Amino acid sequence: MRTAWRTPRGLATVLLLLVLAVLPLLTQVFDQRYLLSIGTRIVIWAIAAISLNMILGYGGMVSFGHAMFFGIGGYAVGILAHHGIASGWIQWPAGIVAAALWAAVIGALSLRTRGLYFIMITLAFAQLVYYLGAGLEAYGGDDGLNISRSRFTGLLDLRDKASFYWLCFALLCGTLWFCSRFANSRFGLVIRGAKSNDLRMTALGFPVFRYRLAAFILSGAFGGLAGILLANEGAYISPAMMSWVKSGDLIVIVVLGGMGTLFGPLYGAIAFFALEESLPPLLDLGRKGWGEYWQIAFGPMLVLVALYAKGGIDSLFGRRHA
Amino acid sequence: MPEPLLSADRLIKRFGGLLATDSVSIDVRPGEIHALIGPNGAGKTTLVSQLTGNLRPDSGTIHFAGRDITHLPTHARVRLGLARSFQITSVLREFTALDNVALAVQAHAGHSFRFLADACRDETLRRPARQGLAEVGLAQRADTQATALSHGEQRLLEIAMALAGDPILLLLDEPMAGMGAEESQRMIGFLRGFKGKRAMLLIEHDMDAVFQLADRITVLVYGRAIASGTPEEIRANPDVRQAYLGDDLVPPPSYGGGGRRPEGEGDTKNS
Repeated sequence: MRTAWRTPRGLATVLLLLVLAVLPLLTQVFDQRYLLSIGTRIVIWAIAAISLNMILGYGGMVSFGHAMFFGIGGYAVGILAHHGIASGWIQWPAGIVAAALWAAVIGALSLRTRGLYFIMITLAFAQLVYYLGAGLEAYGGDDGLNISRSRFTGLLDLRDKASFYWLCFALLCGTLWFCSRFANSRFGLVIRGAKSNDLRMTALGFPVFRYRLAAFILSGAFGGLAGILLANEGAYISPAMMSWVKSGDLIVIVVLGGMGTLFGPLYGAIAFFALEESLPPLLDLGRKGWGEYWQIAFGPMLVLVALYAKGGIDSLFGRRHA
Repeated sequence: MPEPLLSADRLIKRFGGLLATDSVSIDVRPGEIHALIGPNGAGKTTLVSQLTGNLRPDSGTIHFAGRDITHLPTHARVRLGLARSFQITSVLREFTALDNVALAVQAHAGHSFRFLADACRDETLRRPARQGLAEVGLAQRADTQATALSHGEQRLLEIAMALAGDPILLLLDEPMAGMGAEESQRMIGFLRGFKGKRAMLLIEHDMDAVFQLADRITVLVYGRAIASGTPEEIRANPDVRQAYLGDDLVPPPSYGGGGRRPEGEGDTKNS
C-alpha cells in the first residue's frame, strides 16, 4: 500500500485528487467559473456513483432506481426549507435518514428477487417516487421548487461556490475512504462473496439477505447525501432529478469507470461529464445543430467499453492487485 | 444405541405430480458415516436439500442436535453445526483458496456487520483458515484463485470450507464426483480419518467409496427408502439387488474395478 502511488494507477489517482482539491483555485486563475460548477456536479455525482457501486459493483445488485435517492435527499432539504427550517444540521440528517429508511423498505421487498426482476422492481419503485414528487403540487409538482440553500451559520456559507465545492470534495474523500475500508471489511467480503456465489454463502452460514439489505440501506444513505448536495448545488429541486434517465446515467458512470473498483465511479463521473460537455461542441464543428444529438456518438462509445474494456476506465491502468 | 444427531421423520416432497421424497425417514448417529445411495433420479439431492433447508418438505419433521429445525432457514442450520458440500463444485471463484476458507471461518465468528477493519489481515480469520487448508493438503495453494485449482483441489477446498465451522454433521453430496481414481482414493482416506469423530451423511455414486467408508447405508429408489442397514445387510438385500439390476452394487472383495456411474443427470431438483 505504501508504494501504491508509484504505479501508473496510483500516480494518476493522486494527481487527479490533487487537481480536484485545488479546482476552485485553478478555475479562478484561468477565469473559468463555469468549470467549477461542472466540477461540483462531477464530485456530487461521483459520490452517488460510489454509493451505487457499493451494491452494483461489489454486490452484483443492479439497481435501476438509484436516482430516487437523489430525489429523497433533495426533497428532504427542499421541503424543510420550504417550511422555514433552513438549518443544515436538521435538513441533512433528515435527508440521509429518510433515504436510509426508504432504502430499507424497498430493499426488504426488492431483494427477494434476482436478476432482471430486481432491475425491474427497483425501477418501479423509483418511478413511484418520481410520480409522487411530480404530484406534490405544494412543492412545485412537475416544475419543481426553488429553495434556499442549507444554512450552517457561522461555519460555512453554501452560497459561496468555492466553499460549497470544497465541502462536496471533502464529502467525496470521506465516501472514498469509507468505501476503501468497506471493500475489504468482513461486511464487504460477505457482500462480494454473495455476488460471486450466494448459494455458497448461505451454505457457509451467512444470512445473505440481511447483509444485502444492510448494504442497500448504506448505499441509499450515501445516495441521499448526494441528493442533498445536488439540491444545494442548484438551489432547486424537481422530480427530474430522480427520473429513470438519471438512474441509467448512474449505472453508465459506474460501468464506464469500472464496477467494483474504488476509484472507478469517480473516473466514470469525470468521463461522463467531460463527454457530455465536449461532444456537443465537437459535433457542432462538423455541422451546426449536430451537437444536440451528442448521444449518438456517446452510445457507441459505451458499446465499445462494454465489449472491449470490461473493467471500465479503471482497467486501462492495468490489472489490479487484490 | 446413542440418540441420533439428525433424524428426519416421514419427509414428503412433491414437485407437481412427482413424489420426489416419499415418506422418507433417516437418521445419523454421532460419529457415524451414513451413506445414502440410489440410482439417478432417486431423489437423493432433493432429500439432502430438505435437510439443509434449501427446500421445504411438504410434510414431516427434521430434528438436529435435539432441536426441531424443520422450519429453520439454511444459514441458521449451518450455525447449529450442519455443514454441507455440493454435488456440483461450489466455491467462490473470484477469491483465493485462503479467502474461501477465511470466509467460512468468518461465518462462524459472530456477525459480520463490521465495516472498517481489514478482514484480509485479520489473523483471527486467516490463521484458522491456513490451518484448515493445510488439513486438506492445500497449504501450498493458499494464494491461488479458486478457479485455477484443479477439480480435485476444488472438492478438497469445499471440504475445508465445510470443516471451518467445526460442524458436528457433514452432509457430503457426492464429494468424489468427477474425480480420478487417485484423487478419489485421497478423498476416501481423508474422510476415513474423520470416522468416529464427525458424523457424516454421504451421498455417493462410487460404490467402492461407500462400502469402504459407511457404517450404515440407506438405499433410495423413486423417492422411497427401500432398505437401510449395515453394508453387509445391504449387499445381501434382494430388493436392493433388484433395484440396481445387480450391476455394480457388489464390488469384488478387493477394491479393484470402480463402480463409478456418470454423475448428476436428473438427480438435481434443488429449485
